[in-house]
Amino acid sequence: MKYTHQDGKNVGRIVLFALSTCIWCKKTKELLNKLNVAYDYIDVDLAAREEKHLVRLEMKKWGDKISYPFIVVDDKECIRGFKEDRIREVARDGG
Amino acid sequence: MADDISKTDVDRLFTRLNREAIDAGYHLNPDPSFTMELVKSLLVNEKRYGYWACPCRLADGKKSQDLDIICPCDYRDEDLEEYGACYCALYVSAAVLSGERSVEPIPERRPEEKKRRQFMQRNKDAPSGTLPFPVWRCNVCGYLCARNNPPEVCPICKAKKDRFAPFF
Repeated sequence: MKYTHQDGKNVGRIVLFALSTCIWCKKTKELLNKLNVAYDYIDVDLAAREEKHLVRLEMKKWGDKISYPFIVVDDKECIRGFKEDRIREVARDGG
Repeated sequence: MADDISKTDVDRLFTRLNREAIDAGYHLNPDPSFTMELVKSLLVNEKRYGYWACPCRLADGKKSQDLDIICPCDYRDEDLEEYGACYCALYVSAAVLSGERSVEPIPERRPEEKKRRQFMQRNKDAPSGTLPFPVWRCNVCGYLCARNNPPEVCPICKAKKDRFAPFF
């Protein structure tokens, strides 16, 4: 899958599944950028159909409920929605 | 971004949605930059799909698959009732509007595809005389609506929610 990499402090592998039109996804990106965290993201709505399917499979590993923003932290934890406090903790302490 | 939308178009749609919301007893999010951004995204999705797919959900692109998430979505009123805002927070409750309550991340209420299909089928197969939703009656003007809870304000006569009574 084609992720975009955002440079910053390494706090573990942070992967953000987002939608380019979603305001909560924008807020998530802004927060991660502000906290200077390195992460990879993909705007799923802009991805090709086959890629969307792959993303779906990837997200389904965390259960049937798929929603955006969707952050996977170090392959250990999944944060659904703009949970600012948790994102700040991860940025501070790692996943 | 390729989806360039003019400020005039965003302003025009905002004015329309705001008027329609007020007329029907709803409220747009009072944060202007937040709301304008969402209105812009609705226009992006209109260009992209031909309809106002919810900006915060992944649209299929096939209208028949996305009908329930065309803004205002099928889930707006239940989320307003439970969380004080719709899923993307374009619409908020009176409590959020007045600052008594703030907007928190809202869990996705939309069932996954398989469950949505099952629900539609069940409604089709339901024996006559059974209702998939309770029916509420506005005791002021007689307006009837079939939904889990009455609306915050009657869209017809603007009576408050407490003026509704179970009808069926």
